[in-house]
Amino acid sequence: MEIYELTVQELKEKLDKKEITSKEIFESYQARIQEKEKDIKAFVSLNDPKEIKENSIPIGIKDNINIRGTKTTCSSKMLENFVSPYSATVIEKLENENIISIGKLNMDEFAMGASTEYSYFQKTRNPWNLNRVPGGSSGGSAAAVASNMVPWALGSDTGGSIRQPASFCGIVGLKPTYGLVSRYGLVAFASSLDQIGPITKDVRDCAMLLNIISGHDEKDSTSAEKGKKDYMKNLEKDVKGLKIGLPKQYMGEGIHQEVKEKILEVAKKYEEMGAIVEECEFNCSEYALATYYIIACAEASSNLGRFDGIRYGYRAKEFSNLKELYKNSRSEGFGAEVKRRIILGTYVLSSGYYDAYYKKALQVRTLVKKEFERLFTTYDILLTPTAPSTAFEIGTKSNNPLEMYLADLCTVSINIAGLPAISVPCGIDSKGLPVGMQLIGKAFDEETILNAAYQYEKIEKFREKFRPEFKEK
Amino acid sequence: MTTDYEMVIGLEVHSELSTKTKIFCSCPTEFGGEPNTHCCPVCMAMPGALPVLNEKVIEYAVKAGLAMNCEIAENSKNDRKNYFYPDLPKSYQISQFDMPLCKKGKVEIQTEQGKKTIGITRIHIEEDAGKLNHSEFGGGSLVDLNRAGVPLIEIVSEPDMRSSKEAEEYLKKVKSILEYIEVSDCKMQEGSLRADVNVSVRKKGETKFGTRTEMKNMNSFRSIVRAIEYEANRQIEILEEGGKIEQETLRWDDVSGKTFSMRDKEDAQDYRYFPEPDLVPIHLSKEYIQQIKESLPEMPESRKERYIKDFGLPEYDSNILTSSKYLSILFEGAEKICKNAKAVSNWIMSDITRILNEKELEPENIPFKAEDLGNLVILIDKGTISSKIAKQVLEEMFENPKTPEEIIKEKGLIQISDEGQIKQVVEKILQANPQSIADYKAGRDRALGFLVGQAMKETKGKANPQMLNKMFLEKLKK
Repeated sequence: MEIYELTVQELKEKLDKKEITSKEIFESYQARIQEKEKDIKAFVSLNDPKEIKENSIPIGIKDNINIRGTKTTCSSKMLENFVSPYSATVIEKLENENIISIGKLNMDEFAMGASTEYSYFQKTRNPWNLNRVPGGSSGGSAAAVASNMVPWALGSDTGGSIRQPASFCGIVGLKPTYGLVSRYGLVAFASSLDQIGPITKDVRDCAMLLNIISGHDEKDSTSAEKGKKDYMKNLEKDVKGLKIGLPKQYMGEGIHQEVKEKILEVAKKYEEMGAIVEECEFNCSEYALATYYIIACAEASSNLGRFDGIRYGYRAKEFSNLKELYKNSRSEGFGAEVKRRIILGTYVLSSGYYDAYYKKALQVRTLVKKEFERLFTTYDILLTPTAPSTAFEIGTKSNNPLEMYLADLCTVSINIAGLPAISVPCGIDSKGLPVGMQLIGKAFDEETILNAAYQYEKIEKFREKFRPEFKEK
Repeated sequence: MTTDYEMVIGLEVHSELSTKTKIFCSCPTEFGGEPNTHCCPVCMAMPGALPVLNEKVIEYAVKAGLAMNCEIAENSKNDRKNYFYPDLPKSYQISQFDMPLCKKGKVEIQTEQGKKTIGITRIHIEEDAGKLNHSEFGGGSLVDLNRAGVPLIEIVSEPDMRSSKEAEEYLKKVKSILEYIEVSDCKMQEGSLRADVNVSVRKKGETKFGTRTEMKNMNSFRSIVRAIEYEANRQIEILEEGGKIEQETLRWDDVSGKTFSMRDKEDAQDYRYFPEPDLVPIHLSKEYIQQIKESLPEMPESRKERYIKDFGLPEYDSNILTSSKYLSILFEGAEKICKNAKAVSNWIMSDITRILNEKELEPENIPFKAEDLGNLVILIDKGTISSKIAKQVLEEMFENPKTPEEIIKEKGLIQISDEGQIKQVVEKILQANPQSIADYKAGRDRALGFLVGQAMKETKGKANPQMLNKMFLEKLKK
């Protein structure tokens, strides 16, 4: 077995037993990048660490997380040459553990999209079928992990941007509870929804990475003041008696038949393991997507105002006054999808429209939270598909924004409520593409979904059964 | 201004709080410094940086609210005010919109018609913007973000003022309160206290308000008074000619003494306020608010009452002495040393006020200590120097940071009270002025004054005037 095929857990064990060195690990991944990157196009920039410390492990970082002295582009022309003057809190935490970035990973521009096609630089391809998208917006992170070019990666999830690409690429992705992981240094898309999270080969690595990046941060006021937990501790526990809700609304219209069938198989397997699975109602699901796009775009329209061509980032060559400087820099520096969302967000916050859109969206947000609370009085976790479909073909949705927004159907309500959710591969469809299931937990109860995910992973043995073929199909 | 009209004035006072660090990061708030040296990723709005609210800002704002008799909100929040301008790095200002920290307050001012209460609508916290400096290198401007993120409170008054004088008194009162509670330096020249002035006019007796205009960022009492007068007259002229007032933002030009229409920061001024998602709501406990209430220093009203009661000073004097924290401290400090409240009060009310006016200084710029003023009064009371000499000493104290004793010694200003020396002078003057002696004896009392004056001239004002008087009288009566 090649080094790059190992999980981080396995790498650590071998490092501890001195069977391999960190240098060998880095070299193995660098060779793998040499081999696969030309097909996958997951990286925006590569980092070749000058000195590799003992027990050091590589990682890939989504290109909207700042690392001091390196470029953070958000896959945008706007920040094509922006070099970060500081590091995100998660980066400092990783560096404290000798986990070093070997490259910044491609994404939809400013994390807006579900296919990574909206990157200014390149379209990343899905290792399971090079004609298909890897999902998005953390498509570079997911594709890099799935193709073994990095052992694990960080992504960010505002409406599904970790879970949906993890699902498309047949790997594990976790969106932590809002406030569990510091957002300091993550370039904001929608501040009240964004969370950084792990994208890994398996559930154990996911828990390990969450152990490292979670915890209170004084630099992020929305970071929760909770004691540190060990997310690896409870993985081995069985799931006997675990109450799992299966919301009907996420198994209905818009969800592909094959995806539904896989989820029902998962439910059956959980029952075989002794869990109790019940169908349940999730009542305001039909409003979740609209609510999400109003809140996310409103916040984005304000968050992206700082890219004005004044202090850093792209500045138009041609302008004759201040207004033109703003207008031309932003028109030329942002891509179409980013501009679409800025315009939507500006509109919903405008006086005269605020009450009808933004204020109403905040009210629905409260309803969505309450609906989850109600379900969690009965169930320990909820099970849904991660995405309505498996990976779609490159170019099929990029010109149809509404169609693209539907890719977030199953994931956005979790961000609206600030809850944790994990995507775990649960099989392959008839086209040979991975299907992902999503487990949703109570706030700050990552332990339970990680435990349930791990127990499922153990019997499903997805990684042993399937691997990407790196072919155009 | 024709007497048929009255002005309606409301003020939005912006005051920089004197916290050591900025409102959302730990950069220093210190004025000056090389451009862009008091900055970090947070106040420069680097991508991904997040604000953390400085708790001192809350404390200072609550202090201000309590000192201005406001209700303090146990629950409030921050909001984003969105607009584009190069001095605003995030493209939004973190401010407070619909849930300010303090509301429904009032302050009292003195007017010619007596006391008047001015309502405070609200006080909220927000961050200051940076500064644009015109480039020395050809066209364009340079952005300095040292000031970006310095904490401000905005104190919004009700439209309760009816003259420029009332507006001035109100602003003085607000400044004085902020100084007393030590939350702001209130240095108008440095822009740490500035006001947006809203002015409208209406026919006397009318109950509805007229259309108002707003003059932004005024930073001297004098320009505020001039601007209000000018603007009210401009509005009246328009109305008299049958015109309509446009609701707009104006810029006051101090040189031409006129207001000009300001180009809007954006075409349509829609700030698209929404709750700041990067900060959590502000919850203050009743205990916290009570604690701050108890920590407030004595306010001018109470000091005034005390001066009248304990020192027997007239209300008018007490008002002036307490109008500024600095004058009040000067008065109390000097009184403590010399135990002559009336004399200290007189010095402050007359000569010190005069010198401040002449030099265009504010009370906080008085260079000597309260102790020095106390000692000056003692020197007069002991007869070491005359009041006339004391005036000279005081002038000197404004120029040189020395104690009155040192000044007197250096300049040889000690009063001549030695009988022999006085006698010598008196005899010399009498000898030189036989005509005056004759005049006095012929019943012209004024001649005595002339002789004393000559003797003072001879001694460069150092002779003890009472002794001179007495000795001349004795000699003349012989």
